Order: sequence, then C-alpha cells, then structure tokens
Amino acid sequence: MNDAGLTVRGLRVSFGGSRGMFGRGGRPAVAAVAGVDLDVAAGEIVAVVGESGSGKTTVARCVVGLVTPDDGTLSYDDVPLGSTRSRPPAIQRAIQMVFQDPRSSLNPRMTAGAIVREAWQAHPAAAPSGDQDAAVRNLLAEVGLDASVAGRRPSALSGGQCQRVSIARALALRPRLLVCDEAVSALDVSVQAQILRLLSDVRRDHGLSMLFISHDLGVVRQIADRVVVMRSGEVVEQAPAEDLFTRPTHPYTRALLDAALDLEGAAS
Amino acid sequence: MSEPLLDVRDLDVFLPTRSGPVHVLDGVSFSVDAARTTGLIGESGSGKTMAAMAIIGLLPAGAVTRGQLWWRSEDLLAVSSRRRRQVRGREIAMIFQDPLASLNPGQTVGRQVTEIPRRDGMGRAELARTATHLLDRVGIPDPAQRTGNYPHQFSGGQRQRAMTALALAGQPQLILADEPTTALDVTVQARILDLLRHLRDTEHTAMLLVSHDLRVMAHVADDLVVMYAGRVCERGPAQAVLREPRHPYTKALVASVPAVRARTAIADPLPGSPADPAHRPAGCAFHPRCPLAVLRCRVERPTVREVAPGRWTACHLAEADGLPDAAEVRP
Amino acid sequence: MTTTSHPVSTSVGHDAATTTPPLPEMRRRSARRVLGWLRFLPHAVIAGYLFLAVVGPLLVDYDPMVTSITDRLLSPGSTTSDGSTAWLGTDGVGRDVLAQIVLGARTSITIAVLTVTVCAVIGIAVGLVAGYVGGWADTVAARLIDVLIAFPGILLAIVIAGLFRPSIAIVVIALSAVGWIGFARVVRGTALSLRERDWVSAARVMAVPRRSILTRHVLPFVAGPVVAMATLEFALVVLAEAGLSFLGIGLPPTAVSWGQTVAAGKEYLEIAWWISTFPGLALALLVVCVGLVGDQLTARYGGKR
Repeated sequence: MNDAGLTVRGLRVSFGGSRGMFGRGGRPAVAAVAGVDLDVAAGEIVAVVGESGSGKTTVARCVVGLVTPDDGTLSYDDVPLGSTRSRPPAIQRAIQMVFQDPRSSLNPRMTAGAIVREAWQAHPAAAPSGDQDAAVRNLLAEVGLDASVAGRRPSALSGGQCQRVSIARALALRPRLLVCDEAVSALDVSVQAQILRLLSDVRRDHGLSMLFISHDLGVVRQIADRVVVMRSGEVVEQAPAEDLFTRPTHPYTRALLDAALDLEGAAS
Repeated sequence: MSEPLLDVRDLDVFLPTRSGPVHVLDGVSFSVDAARTTGLIGESGSGKTMAAMAIIGLLPAGAVTRGQLWWRSEDLLAVSSRRRRQVRGREIAMIFQDPLASLNPGQTVGRQVTEIPRRDGMGRAELARTATHLLDRVGIPDPAQRTGNYPHQFSGGQRQRAMTALALAGQPQLILADEPTTALDVTVQARILDLLRHLRDTEHTAMLLVSHDLRVMAHVADDLVVMYAGRVCERGPAQAVLREPRHPYTKALVASVPAVRARTAIADPLPGSPADPAHRPAGCAFHPRCPLAVLRCRVERPTVREVAPGRWTACHLAEADGLPDAAEVRP
Repeated sequence: MTTTSHPVSTSVGHDAATTTPPLPEMRRRSARRVLGWLRFLPHAVIAGYLFLAVVGPLLVDYDPMVTSITDRLLSPGSTTSDGSTAWLGTDGVGRDVLAQIVLGARTSITIAVLTVTVCAVIGIAVGLVAGYVGGWADTVAARLIDVLIAFPGILLAIVIAGLFRPSIAIVVIALSAVGWIGFARVVRGTALSLRERDWVSAARVMAVPRRSILTRHVLPFVAGPVVAMATLEFALVVLAEAGLSFLGIGLPPTAVSWGQTVAAGKEYLEIAWWISTFPGLALALLVVCVGLVGDQLTARYGGKR
C-alpha cells in the first residue's frame, strides 16, 4: 500500500431516467455528477462547495459506496472502490462518514454505546482487545462526551451530542478518510464551533484526511486546506483554500463569494 | 420616536407536553416600529418562532398565553377571535420558511396571490391586473405570463417571492417572516434579502424577521432582539448590537460566525448546548455556558434593563461601557 | 378601550380569547380523563372475547351433533327439557344458541389469529425484500400485488376453500391468499423510506451485514404499522370467516361457527329471530371493537395502506 489517498477520475452519476410506456413520455436521466476529478491526499482536508443540485453530496456518497457511479474510477491508496460491500474490510474501515442530520443518523432505538459497538461487531479486526465498555468510554471521552452518554438513546441527547456520537462511531473503526456531508449545517451556531473544533482536533490527533461537503463558505474557509467548487455536476474550480478565497478565477466562484454574507461590511 | 406598531409586553406562553406545561416564552418584551425591520434571533429552544406564532395567533392547540400584544391601540390577546382573524393575513401577514409547503400545488400562483382581494369581491379583470402587479412588485420577471403558472413551475427563490407577493396582497402593515431564506441557496438568499430590504424602503412595511442566522440579520435588520431559552437577553439597534454586544451570549454568537471575506480561526466554542426551556437553569438561563458567570448569575434572574441609550440587556455584569473581560471577573 | 382595564389577559388555544384564568383547563382535564378511560372500552371487550375463546368450552357443555326435537325454537329465557335455561333461546334442531356463540368465539378467534400470523409473516418478508432490497425483487413483488389486488379477495377464498376438504387449515390458507398483501404494502412503504434514513446509510457505510441492518435498523420500525395493520386485518378475517361458513364452505359441519349459526337461523327469521340475531351481534361487537383499537393504533403509528 502507498499513501496516494483518495483519487476520483471521470466520475459520472445520473438519476431518475425512465423509458416511459410505449417509448413515450419517458424522462431523460439527469446527470447529477458529470465527470468529476478529485484527490484527497493523506492528512488533507478538501472541501467541496456548491449550491443545491451541484452534485456535491452525490460525490460524497460515491466515495463511501452508497451510490454506484455510472462511469469513472474511484480508488483509495490505489485500491479500486466499488460498492461498500465489495470493498476489502481494511478499505471499508478506512473510509467513514458523518451525516448532516445528527438525529436521523443515529438509530433512535439504540443507546449511544450500542451504536459505537455496532461498528466493532461489523469489523472485529478493529475492535478493542480488552474491555469494550472501557473502550466505548474512552472513545466518548475523546469526542468530548461524558461516560453516562453511553447508556442514553439519541432522543435524550442534544443535537451537538448526537453529532459527537456520530463522530465517535466513525472513529471507532480508526478510519483514514472521514467524509463529512454538511456535518455542521444542522447545528446551532454556538454548537457548530464545538464540532468544528472537534473535527480539527481529530484530524490533528489521528492524521485523518477529510472530504468536507458544505454550502457554508465561512466554515469551509476555517477548516479546509483545499476547496473544490462544483456547479451542475461539474468541477468549475479547485485551488488551495486561501487562493480560492482571495483570488477566485472562475466567474461562478466569484458570484458565490459575492453572494455570501458576512457580519462585517453589511451596513445598509 | 413615535409609538411602536407592535408592542409585546411580558409575553408568557405555556405549551402542554406529556410531562406538564412548559414555559416556552418567559416574560418576553420587545417592540416593532413602523417601516423598520426587527430581527428576532435565537438558537433552538430560544422561543423565537413561538413568539412569532403568538403574535400571528397560530400557537399549537392547548397553548396558554399571558401578557399583552399591543397592535396599535388594541391588545390582540384580548380581542375577539373574529377580530383576530381579521388582523391575521390583512394587517399582519406571514412568510414561512418552506414556500412549497405553504403554497397550494393545485392552484395557479396568480389565483393564490389574489385570494384576499377576491374575497373582497374584486372583479376578474381587476384581479388579473392585481396578480400581475403583485408578482411584478416582488421581482418575478414576465409577471403577466407567470400568474398562470403552478407553484411547481417556479424555482425555489421564485416561490419565496410568490409567498412574499401573497403576504403583500392584503396590504399589511407588518410582515412576519420566519426563516424566509434558510431553505435557499446562497445566491438566491442574497436576492431575497435584497427584496425584503427594498420592500421596507419603498413600501414602508414593517417586518419582524425570525432567523437563527446572524449574517442574515446583519444584512436586513434595523433592530435586533436576541433570545435565549424563551427569554430576551438583549435588544437594540442591529449594527450596534452586533458590533458591540452587551450580553455575553450575543458576544459568543457573533464570535462563532465564520467570515468569508477574511480568514478567521475556529471560535472558542461555548460549552454545552442551548438551554431547553423545559429545564431552564435557575438565575440567568445562560449562566452554565457563560464565561463571565459569577455567583449572582446562578441565583438571581437578571431583568432586561437599559444600559445605554437604546441598548437593553439582561446581564448583571453589563454596564454602559460594555462587558467586562472574562479575566477581570474570575476570582 | 375596555381591554386596558385588565392588567393580564389570558388566551387559551388557537385564538379563542377568554378572560377567565385557568379554570376551564381543569374542567377540560377531567373530561379528558373520562374520555381516556372510554378509549380502553374496546380493549376490555376484546379481552372478554379472548377469555371466552380460551375457557368457554370448559363453561358450556355443547355437542353440535346432539339435537333435541322437544327443545326446537325455544325463545330466549325458556327452560329446556333437561331443566336448564336457554338464555338466548335454541335453534331449529334444539341446540342452545348461547353455547354456539361461546364456542363460535373460539373458532373465529383461532382462525383470525392464525390467518393474521400467516399473513403478517408472509407480508413482512415480501415487504422487506421488496422495499429494502429493491431492484427486480421489488418489481416482481409490486406486479404480483397489483394482480392480486385486482382480484376480489373473497372470491379467491371461496374458490380455494371450495376446492379442498373442509378444515380450519384450508380456511386459514384461503383467507391468507390475499390477506398478506396489506402487510406487504405497509412494510414495503416503511422499508422504502427507512432505506433512505441516515442511520441505515451509516450502517451500510460501516459494512454491517445486510441481515443485521434488516433486523436491527429496519424491522423494529416496521413493528408499529404492522401491529396497526394486524388489528384491522383481524376484523376483516373474522368477517370473512363468518361469510365463508354462512355459505357453508370451508369449515366442517362439526365445527361451531357464528356464520353457520346465522345461516341456520335464516330460515326461521320470521318466527325465531334470536337464532341469527345473537351470533350476528356477537360478530358485529367484536369487529367494531377490533376496528376501534386498530384505528387508535393506526393513528399512533401512522400505518398506511
């Protein structure tokens, strides 16, 4: 194995095509992703930004194997990535995901502890050798949660706590690439900063790389090393974060930046 | 300054739950002036949406309300339900977060927009003209053609414009807008906010804008009311509040908004989560998360007081010259 | 301005303004409590039926093959030749109607429980595969369901029951032939929406085995709608079984069934109304109560057909 990280080449996905009855009234397939090239090197945070319908979430779902692309190749450390089930266990563990809605990404009937342990049941190779309860407590502590959270169900947790459990579940498998799909968008502003802090700490401590999907340019500027701008399924620009924010080259990127609101300079 | 258009005084709202009534709004007071946009900002559990619902009279069944809602010279909590319905939609209109859920998919936009004048008995030709004019006012291109379209033929931003046109149809003096741009893309959001500002400037309609997004507030609000756990913690002119917060919560909110045009570090996060009105901490509801909290904050509930002209805050430590630094307060 | 004289005004509910402090709330609460108890009346009635079905045969001594010419068509409350009282009268061959109702409850409930169980098992299996696995499995299931729905269910049951030797098993099979469709549709719909839930996606990303995903992340959320569906189905099966026995198909003549008793009484409707009326009432009461409970469960779990 080498350290090539994630490589995406010529990714194409389309949805909802139908032929229609007697060859009439069919809908043409809509291209959600139309030829995307993307790399995430080891230890790097790459943000994908764009508006709704840009295809950024579809790219994320292809990377974790939830969506099967029509065309193109995905690989991690030169191992080709098919659907999640077809991947070697080591690769299944290496790529994990944090979802947008902290509540619906946790099974409401399971306790936080059971949610974390499920990851180890699926991958015994990643399970701690000793006391699992102690390992759960350590993991929860790492994401800033009290040990008592292990016995609670999502309905007894706040949105921020749920998102921490979600991150703990992903970390349980000691992943190398964390795909965050709008992971802080649904959180209260005062909680958003906590989770961003946690993600950047986790990245530092574990040398994780991240594919960070977001529509919030301010958040992206705080956390990303590199930014990919998508529009209608295509990448229109990608650049190191500071370059993109200070010297955008594509008109669409400029339009996005112009439309973004800031607290400062908003006097009417 | 003249009489406020809407004056909310000591508003309490109790919502029934399985474990007894919850005091979701606790002594909320603020006012909305004519031809100004007042922003009502808060996180989950702050009661901002509940306040808007209480004003328009659409609280969930079983809710108990106390206090006063002065709408010009009448208390909306004391008038007949008939009068209340009259006020709703005509004198006070509302724009919701999800325009698709609030527009009837089976009727043309033109028909829905002219619902109120139609009920008033306006003629067909006049109605068609009104519909076109309304869509034109909210900036929908080619309005005469678009009146015949159905909501699904409109884009997200256009639907929100149509919702705004619907609100304008009754010629309201006040528009309540609940997160009107939250579901929209950045580029569309900017245009809708421009529209709202334009309406205030040209039509002098007062607006109560409910949002969790400080950046939206910074763009359109003239006055700001900051809510936390069902109480008001600070109010005053928007720019002043955002530039120089007089409440530690507002200060933390402002600090946690990441900038796009400058590189900012991830803010020092507040600990914990927004307080739940069902388990509101004693004293100042914010004290468990407050970097400045002293013993007094834990036991004594601060009242909203004027610390500088036009600046009201509910913090024991706020003085005319601002908030102390955390280092000064710590023992 | 009269309103200003009230320092505090209170409004309850939507926009119903009232100036009296919380008193009406209290009254409403006690009314709600009475209503709350009434909600459980159908549950109590069903429990009564279940009790009868289980212990009934111990309470009444009845043999459908024994007839008594002297006790024919006795009206309710009459004394029979052996000195006992026929509380609900006797039928055309002198058999006690009350005893038939008690034993009929056992037949009805046994068949209904068996049929609903068979339907639920088949329906859940088909629905889960169609909804969660999707693809061609879903297409096949959906077409099969469409075809079976277009076919009148009771007709299919009559054909199946008529083709074989009468027995309880045949009735259960005949009624299950279309009964599972409701379950399959409910489960398919729920599974389809659960498939898109993030916690299922999260499990898929972790490569949790499909069997575990189904049992741990999908099945528990299907249970509510399935229970609601089962009660509604139960009522339908009780009715359908009575219908089949009324027509004289499905059950052997030795079985006691409400449908058979109603059918036996139809010739005597003008002179002995009680023979058909009492089993009919027993049937109607059970079906209505089960239906009421089913509605409560449906409202709670949002089960959809």
